[in-house]
Amino acid sequence: MNRSPYITNAPTVSIIMLKVLLALIPGIFAYVWIYGGGILVTISLATITALVSEAALLKLRQRPIRPYLSDLSAVVTAWLLALALPPLAPWWLVVVGTFFAIVIAKQLYGGLGYNPFNPAMVGYAVLLISFPIIMTKWPAPLVLAQTKLGFMDQLQFIFGNALPANVKMDAVTSATPLDYLKTQLMLKHEVHGITQAPIFGTWGAKGGELVTAAYLLGGLYLLQQRIISWHLPTAFLGALAAMSLIFYTLNPAHFADPLFHLMSGASMLCAFFIITDPISGPTTPRGKLYFAAGVGILTYLIRVYGGYPDGVAFAVLLMNMCVSLIDAHTQPRVFGHTKN
Amino acid sequence: MNSIIQFASRLIRGQTADTDAVHKFHGGVHPDGQKQQSTSAPIKKLAIPERLVLPLRQHVGYIPKIKVQVGERVLKGQMLAEAEGTLSAAIHAPTSGTVAAIGEEIIPHPSGLPDMCITLTPDGLDEWTTLHPVDWRNTDKKTLVANLRSSGIVGLGGATFPTHIKVRADGRSGIHTLVINAAECEPYITCDDMLMRERADEIVKGMEIVKFLLGAENCIVGIEDNKPEATAAMAEACKALPGTSVKVVPTLYPSGDARRLIHLVLGMEIPHDKRSTDVGVQVFNVATVLAIYRYFAYGEPAVDRIVTITGSVNSPRNFEVLFGTPLQTLIDAADGTKPGTTHFIMGGPMMGFDLPTIDVPITKAANCIIAATPDLFAPPPPAMPCIRCARCADACPVNLQPQELYWFSKSDNFEKARDYNLFDCIECGCCTYVCPSNIPLVQYYRYAKSEIIAADKAKEAADLARERNEFRLARIEREKLERAQKHAERAAAGKADSAKTADAVKTDAVKTESATAESAKTEQAKTAPAKPATETPAATASADDAKKAAIAAAIERAKALKAAAQSAEPQKKPATADTAGSSQPAQAEPAHAAEQTEADQAKADQAKKDKQALIAAAIERAKAQKLAAAQAGIAPRNVEDASPAVKAEISEIDAIREKARQAAKAQDSDPEA
Repeated sequence: MNRSPYITNAPTVSIIMLKVLLALIPGIFAYVWIYGGGILVTISLATITALVSEAALLKLRQRPIRPYLSDLSAVVTAWLLALALPPLAPWWLVVVGTFFAIVIAKQLYGGLGYNPFNPAMVGYAVLLISFPIIMTKWPAPLVLAQTKLGFMDQLQFIFGNALPANVKMDAVTSATPLDYLKTQLMLKHEVHGITQAPIFGTWGAKGGELVTAAYLLGGLYLLQQRIISWHLPTAFLGALAAMSLIFYTLNPAHFADPLFHLMSGASMLCAFFIITDPISGPTTPRGKLYFAAGVGILTYLIRVYGGYPDGVAFAVLLMNMCVSLIDAHTQPRVFGHTKN
Repeated sequence: MNSIIQFASRLIRGQTADTDAVHKFHGGVHPDGQKQQSTSAPIKKLAIPERLVLPLRQHVGYIPKIKVQVGERVLKGQMLAEAEGTLSAAIHAPTSGTVAAIGEEIIPHPSGLPDMCITLTPDGLDEWTTLHPVDWRNTDKKTLVANLRSSGIVGLGGATFPTHIKVRADGRSGIHTLVINAAECEPYITCDDMLMRERADEIVKGMEIVKFLLGAENCIVGIEDNKPEATAAMAEACKALPGTSVKVVPTLYPSGDARRLIHLVLGMEIPHDKRSTDVGVQVFNVATVLAIYRYFAYGEPAVDRIVTITGSVNSPRNFEVLFGTPLQTLIDAADGTKPGTTHFIMGGPMMGFDLPTIDVPITKAANCIIAATPDLFAPPPPAMPCIRCARCADACPVNLQPQELYWFSKSDNFEKARDYNLFDCIECGCCTYVCPSNIPLVQYYRYAKSEIIAADKAKEAADLARERNEFRLARIEREKLERAQKHAERAAAGKADSAKTADAVKTDAVKTESATAESAKTEQAKTAPAKPATETPAATASADDAKKAAIAAAIERAKALKAAAQSAEPQKKPATADTAGSSQPAQAEPAHAAEQTEADQAKADQAKKDKQALIAAAIERAKAQKLAAAQAGIAPRNVEDASPAVKAEISEIDAIREKARQAAKAQDSDPEA
């Protein structure tokens, strides 16, 4: 029997996923620093839901549970979804979103490797469409909040939807910069004046910049570890920056500058952790460029002209639909073949 | 603008600007070399074993023809089997001794199937036959190539392609560059490395001969940078040969693949549908070149080679081993295996294969034997689903998309796999090497390739069968017509007989009238024997005419049918109408019976006898033909009366059939298939 090659040298899927999780840790630290420990609860909830529902579905589908659970892909999905949700999301929101991501978006399509859409983004989109108010109710960063919620208060809010006595909801929440910018622009204010609001930091959201920077750090680690290829983040951030630069140059009063777009919302999370999901993305080098650039352009358009403050989730899902088309039309030239 | 695009695309493909002398190819992997184990000791000549088993199939191509008999004493270097056909290589006695057996033995092949071998019992004298060194500088190339054909030399890099085919006899090879493959990129293998370290001068002398044979102006030796000693030795030796250079290429598997090596040293991409010779480059392995030198300088045919024995053995090293030496002898020479050895791999760990048993001989293809343990080569963990990470695509030296090929192969979507250039896959194993999901990708491609080849073969056979069936239908149709014709003639003759004794009541007028009526009846009737009763020889003649016309019509119909069959399902032919038409004249006969005379009767009798004789002769001929055909193993057929068009068609089908048979034969004899 010819079963060559006899030797292999590859990180297993588990190792790859583990490194992705590792790369998320700086971002999570920054998150805790800015918004408090509630996010850890959310992440745990999402992780448990993901593992339980994945195990249940594997059992239903009569697949071996242990090897598939230990590939850690469900955990990655759970973490990404948790980090995309508002920090003080009620527990059921986390559970519903994660369940949807794992069961509908992943397992019902055939499990790992077969899902055409990014599961975390499917979960997020479902929640955003179903519960728009909760989904856009972000707490203010602790530095800005009039009332600071302790960890126990956050727990109580997550599980009991109850705030401590004499604390009003408005006191703990605030609009996100992307959201604020959008509503203020509609009121005919100019960008320059709007960004003077306290929720804006040097480049993006106050505090949020730190989280974004931490994601960037994790992303650079993934690049260095060759877990992700440079094509995706570069094309995404490049397209987003190019779009915002064009619009900003045309009318600085109405469009925020490129740096703001790069450092706000889910830009960095998307660049290094979301569009880099290999399963729902293209595989050819040129296809990766097109895909990521498409996500970048769509994200910008949805942010500026769409009905949602941030456009990452829908941009990713829309581009997921184009993946097979992109792959088919970006086949690289095979050695010894001339360009077709 | 174009240059910007080119630069950008090169950047995307991960290639830097080609300022380097060495041109990188896409992908490739860096497996741990493991070469130091077997390079610490010099090459050692292995003693003559007690028994040599020489498989006839040690090369790509046809099996050579055995020239010896059991019990015959042979001398070292004596030809035991002669190359048969173009793509074949001779087998020589590796030492003097007696032919002990000619029969089937297990050969070192992944299939593990036995094959024809010549077994030799050495007499220990190692007595050479008369050797004929060749003064190659003063001999014409045709003779040299003919010599090479009987040298038994094949590509010793592992491909075992008969060497004489790589050198064309007409001396007009069009080769400008000879590339010497010394990359030896697979882990563990060091036979070429050691050969270069120790016998660089002989290799360079061989290069001179091959360069001369090819008429090449340049010669480049491509060596991976993990063989500094060999590089130094070769560089030193190459000074003796003008127009030669040594080019060091980075250690990257599979740089030893001919197309990859040509790209590395020359920056040339051989088009996928062409051979390197089409662009003026020929590649020879170092060991092959040395064998050629020894053949011309000393007259020594291919009787031995350098083999690396390594892995889980006590003293890994390189041995000069006579072909046919049992593997056990080689293992013993390496001081035996370490505990835990489970099996042996022939070739490298990237493209080699498990030897079926330990009782296999060393052949021309055996460059390396690796004693394997589960620690050394762990069985692959269970495969996980593909996560489309495209690491395989990054590693593929052909720039294929292995993840897509895997998907198509797995879902039996072979057409798509072919569209994605499955057949450009060189099965180097880089994709499997880097796959995080442990998917045995190469095995999927091997499977898909074999399925496609089998399907193509089946399709060819089906096409052949269809054509044969069409021809058969046409023949049946023709025969039916012929039978009807004969029947009609017989009937006509019979009527003529009865007419003699019958009344002569019918008047001329009636006869003419009815004859006119009949002849107007159908087209066939015009050519049919309407009046022949009056003059029988004429009747025969016109009957022949009618027959010919009928055959022509049958051919026309067959052609039309074929055309129809190509556009739609073949339909059953409305043969009955035509047959009826051609038999009509028989009923017309009574009309002319009236004017028969005795003389006419005699003539008619004579004609009848003639006809019977003719028929008998035809039957005889058909029988003889059938017999001959049966002896020749070809399906019987009736073609004697066929028109040139039909005959041409038949020979065409024969040619197709013959081609298919040849192809099947070639496929059978190709060990790769």
